[in-house]
Amino acid sequence: MTTTMTKPAIVPNFGSDDAPTRKMAIICSKGNLDMAYPGLILANAALGEGVELHLFFTFWGFDMITKSRMNHLQFSPAGNTALHMPGGDAHIPQAIAPAMTGMATKMLKKQIADLGVPEVPDFLDQIVAAGGHLWACRMSADMNKLELNDLRDDVEGIISASDFIEMTENAQLLFI
Amino acid sequence: MPTIEIAGREIDVNEEGFLTKFDQWDEAIAKVLADQIGVEMTDEHWKIVNFLRTDYKTAGETATSRRVQVVGGFPVKDQFALFPKKPAKKMAYIAGLPKPKGCV
Repeated sequence: MTTTMTKPAIVPNFGSDDAPTRKMAIICSKGNLDMAYPGLILANAALGEGVELHLFFTFWGFDMITKSRMNHLQFSPAGNTALHMPGGDAHIPQAIAPAMTGMATKMLKKQIADLGVPEVPDFLDQIVAAGGHLWACRMSADMNKLELNDLRDDVEGIISASDFIEMTENAQLLFI
Repeated sequence: MPTIEIAGREIDVNEEGFLTKFDQWDEAIAKVLADQIGVEMTDEHWKIVNFLRTDYKTAGETATSRRVQVVGGFPVKDQFALFPKKPAKKMAYIAGLPKPKGCV
């Protein structure tokens, strides 16, 4: 006698294709190269997991979406007392740190590129292509005397703090 | 490690259901895997899946969405249209590869 055994299929749970059940908003408030990346990496990862994603750029983070500045973000050892020399334990003396910004920026850019991670403007292109939403802070725009046409074309709007709070109802929030 | 049965063949998978043996994969199996997660395979889907298989052989790890765009030439936007919500994981699953490890 033969019995046919059907093994239960093991199928990964990728969620449903309907409306997202999770929503995230990341506030990008820093314009240093090293502080621009954490928000972008998490935003990109969230989109890849099917999460609805909003990025809100404020204060120095505004540089990431301002056409005239977005290609010139820098990484400075000044004020960063945790920074040590690459591959060693020696810390960079703060007295000479400000003079090292150019070199540090170049090195960080290379390390990031070596990992196949895009530059900031290119990264934002990818985030928008994956369905992410970009928003600019009203007060930062006013302070810098910038308008929507000074920003990346895919910034959806310049919005107030209360617009942002309204928009992110039930969202998980991250401030960087 | 668990196994599943597709078309009378025993296939090794991990606890999530991703194939664990590169050589046990073929297009017939990919079709069943795709069907199980609601993806209907078209020429465009096959092109990406075949790129992932070829790239895995040379790179030794599963391509991320970024790599599928930059090296494979398949824009991220298209990946999301073809494999909705979680393209990187879905593409890897259908291609019989592990989930991508890279952050970007």
